[in-house]
Amino acid sequence: MNRGKLLWPGVALIAVALLLLPFALSFAGTAWVRIANFAILYVLLALGLNIVVGFAGLLDLGYIAFYAVGAYVYALLASPQFGLHLPFWVILPIGAAVAAMFGVMLGAPTLKLRGDYLAIVTLGFGEIVRIFLNNLSQPVNITRGPQGIAGIDPVRIGNVDFSRSDSLLGVVLSGPMKYYYLLLLLLLAIVLINLRLQNSRIGRAWEAIREDEVAARAMGIDTTGMKLLAFAMGASFGGVGGGMFAAMQGFISPESFVLVESVMVVSMVVLGGMGNVPGVILGALLLSFVPEILRWTVEPVQQALFGKMLVEPEVIRMLIFGLALVLVMLFRPAGLLPSAVRKRELTHDRAS
Amino acid sequence: MDIFVQQLINGLTLGAVYAVVALGYTMVYGIIQLINFAHGELVMIGAMVAFTVINLLAAAGMPPLAVVLIGTACAVPVCMLVGYLMERLAYRPLRQAPRLAPLISAIGVSIVLQHLAMLVWSRNVLAFPQIIPLTTYTFAGAIVTGVQLTILGLCFSMMAGLALLVYRTRLGTAMRATAQNPQVARLMGVDVNRVIAATFVIGAALGAVAGVMFGTYYGVAQYTMGSVLGLKAFAAAVLGGIGNVPGAMVGGLVLGVVEALGAGYIGDISDLCRYGPLAGALGERCADGGHFVLFGSNYQDVFAFVVLILVLVFRPSGLLGERVGDRA
Amino acid sequence: MKSSKIALTLVAVAVGLIGCGKEEPKKPPVTQAPPAAPSIEIKIGHVGPLTGGIAHLGKDNENGARLAIDEANAAKIKIDGKDAKFVLVAEDDQADPKVGTTVAQKLVDAKVAGVVGHLNSGTSIPASPIYSQAGIPVISGSATNPKLTEQGFKTQFRVVGRDDQQGPAIASYLAETKKPKLVAVIDDATAYGEGIANEVEKTLKAANIKVLPREKGTDKTTDWKAILTKVKGKNADAVFYGGMDATGGPLLKQGRELGLKAVFSFGDGACTDDMTKLAGASAEGLLCSQAGLPPQAADKKFLDAYKKKFNVDPILYAPFTYDAANLLIEAMKRANSADPAKYLPELTKLNFKGATGNIAFDEKGDRKDAEMTIFTMKDGKLAPIAIVKGGKTTDYAEFMKAAAPAPAAAPAPAAEPAKDAAKK
Repeated sequence: MNRGKLLWPGVALIAVALLLLPFALSFAGTAWVRIANFAILYVLLALGLNIVVGFAGLLDLGYIAFYAVGAYVYALLASPQFGLHLPFWVILPIGAAVAAMFGVMLGAPTLKLRGDYLAIVTLGFGEIVRIFLNNLSQPVNITRGPQGIAGIDPVRIGNVDFSRSDSLLGVVLSGPMKYYYLLLLLLLAIVLINLRLQNSRIGRAWEAIREDEVAARAMGIDTTGMKLLAFAMGASFGGVGGGMFAAMQGFISPESFVLVESVMVVSMVVLGGMGNVPGVILGALLLSFVPEILRWTVEPVQQALFGKMLVEPEVIRMLIFGLALVLVMLFRPAGLLPSAVRKRELTHDRAS
Repeated sequence: MDIFVQQLINGLTLGAVYAVVALGYTMVYGIIQLINFAHGELVMIGAMVAFTVINLLAAAGMPPLAVVLIGTACAVPVCMLVGYLMERLAYRPLRQAPRLAPLISAIGVSIVLQHLAMLVWSRNVLAFPQIIPLTTYTFAGAIVTGVQLTILGLCFSMMAGLALLVYRTRLGTAMRATAQNPQVARLMGVDVNRVIAATFVIGAALGAVAGVMFGTYYGVAQYTMGSVLGLKAFAAAVLGGIGNVPGAMVGGLVLGVVEALGAGYIGDISDLCRYGPLAGALGERCADGGHFVLFGSNYQDVFAFVVLILVLVFRPSGLLGERVGDRA
Repeated sequence: MKSSKIALTLVAVAVGLIGCGKEEPKKPPVTQAPPAAPSIEIKIGHVGPLTGGIAHLGKDNENGARLAIDEANAAKIKIDGKDAKFVLVAEDDQADPKVGTTVAQKLVDAKVAGVVGHLNSGTSIPASPIYSQAGIPVISGSATNPKLTEQGFKTQFRVVGRDDQQGPAIASYLAETKKPKLVAVIDDATAYGEGIANEVEKTLKAANIKVLPREKGTDKTTDWKAILTKVKGKNADAVFYGGMDATGGPLLKQGRELGLKAVFSFGDGACTDDMTKLAGASAEGLLCSQAGLPPQAADKKFLDAYKKKFNVDPILYAPFTYDAANLLIEAMKRANSADPAKYLPELTKLNFKGATGNIAFDEKGDRKDAEMTIFTMKDGKLAPIAIVKGGKTTDYAEFMKAAAPAPAAAPAPAAEPAKDAAKK
């Protein structure tokens, strides 16, 4: 394979394309830049969850809780709610740290649990966090409960306000475009961390735990510490993603952090290929753009065929998700872009 | 005191519904260690089918009892069929796969069933026709309705029937053998695939009955009703000791009572204004009959999850379960 | 190296488009049509959930706006000397805040002249800064969260009463007519349910009525017995529930099953005829409030036109979105322009007789002195019993008598609502 020779030009091309993408998109409408931003946000989340599910093999069905924690940390520290207006580079790390703390809080008592029990417990944990956020308006008003927190500060760097349009050297940069670049930067950092982790000592330890926890412990791996580290790291990515979400939206309420969102992120990781960074990115991008694609296709097609809309695109999307989860498990259990190790072991498993 | 008895009755009825749903979880888990995530959807489909039938027949003016019985008789085979297909198509091919595969597949099945049901029965909350006349009895100052008594009775008889099936019939013996060791069971002449399919179908039938119970008791059904109900029933099954038939029953009833008493009393207990020195510290919040309630009925849905987590962490075998080995 | 190929294509596309993206200036929307053209197309956006749990309400809202637009087109309105052709751009926000901001941006991209929507407060609030930046007026016909207009955006309006207008109305009616000593306030822990319940509690307490600590279910709760038993144990003589009919119905039914004698009252979410289906005979005698005047009192014409066009009855907020769209059109007519910058000042000072009564905006963009109607369930149908306006309760029969001249004026034949009829 002449991988090395083509790698760098490829990377460079992708980089240029990504840098120019928002201009191309804003030609079709700034809305598309927003859609791209949410897609990147989901990639961030999926990569964070990938650490827990893909690397360490711990199925987490309550991942959105960490996203929620990050979002609320941002909202509480930069909104009129408590009159605090900290800058985003202070809040994002705090959000990541608090989310990591929650990750450890979830991880510590559940260390001994088996895969499927763990899944259910994490699901319960996610719901508990949401219910608390929804109810902490009484007796003391912390989260404003279901009313949500409005007026959250956008990201500001110096005089540059990310919620407004600016022109730089004659180029008009709309708010969503600025967020795009910021998100891209975060994405780059997280992709690099993921890639480095994959081949590091820690990554190999996680892999060992995933394959056989008893054997891993016998080999001298600190399984407790490693599992907690996975939870904490995964959660902190979720926290950063949540902070960005709060800043971009300017308003958050618990209804953005429901169970379906967790399932969605899990689907991204599973469909793309657990444990494989390009696979997870592909999965996240696919699932974030599917609703948009469906909206543009399903309606006209049905209108043409039946003269009215029989099945809403949203329903078709959910049906596709559900079916995809089943079919991928049946026919491509390692995902669309499987990691080499996973592929080997899963095909081996099935043969036995 | 009569309020306390009333809360117990509320809790027991709710718990009986949980228990019947939990039976389905426990049977499937007991035999192939799969959390059938989509079991809640079977309950929902049962309620929906019954709704359609009951709605049609009630309009025709048949006697209420016959209407409900026919409704159940229609819901049960539909759910059995769905349960069978589910096992055959989404779980059986994955029996040798890593543990997470069937679980993820089950989540997929659950999403698909929910949205198919939505296409058939719409998103709206369906109101069951109110055909059963309200009969009430007074018991120790509390009010019990005829429907509540029926649900409790049905729940116990179903558990007893299931226990008989598992411990007294050939099929039951085959089930227990398969649960212990499928390979050896196969060597002994047990058709493992058939036994597992039978387990799913029986679980689905129980789910259907639970759905009808739920629908007639509360008078409403919606395509989303299965998920929360399913989760709570799963918590009940774990609480009782998953894989254990009487355990599911006990777990369901206990969870129901915990929820009812929790919602009924935790608000008063956690009202800091009731505690002298604290009330002083809170000053005007407590003045003039004010309240400072830390946790109220708003945390009702948390109880099930907290119970689930506590049981799994401290006593994974549940209240009645034997110690399960580390089978992962 | 498939990815590099994709990358190449992307770059090509990007390079091809970058020039265009760059030179796109911020044009003031619409109006720029060539002066020679005899007609002008005016886009009006509508946003509501067309998919998801409350899609039926979203469709209802959209129908209301669509009716107004069709009537305006039939009326052959001239704006700036040109034939105005109004086009409804309907978007689906799925009641999801994330999608809400995206479709708001889509409407801004599409250069709509004004927006009717969104349905939910949860999607309206994050969307309002996007409209505000683009200078596009947006009128919600159903978002009741006070926060929406408290954000200080000059382009944000609503024609529906706020939670803190409707809550006090039903609460003061309850306090005046039923004189309860102890009230249990329950909500469904949603923004709407909690919001209205908070206002009810505030009003009751101000009237020196004791209120139990808040009880909450969720918008999916079916078993209310534990909460209701507790309420019974405390001997509350009235219950208010902030939530929708789907949960309110079972609540009421279970309350009666438990032998609770208290008066049950609800906000507009549970003020529907469906309550009879959901609660059976127990629904009889419930009290509930709706924002605005009851359709019978306000505008029969709207009802007929709606029924004729869509073959169904309006469900909940259609009259409000109908009014919202008409307000936009009316303001454009007065300003003789569809340029938001020009007609926005007209919108703020409009005094308009709509299907839901008289509409004028206060400085925040809220409806001035919104009327609230109190209903009771009688023989399985909701019947209006009182009108509350500015804290004053009027018996419905008296209100109708006092307003008698108005219905006489209403039948004047016109394709659009009889505007200005009640101008003060």
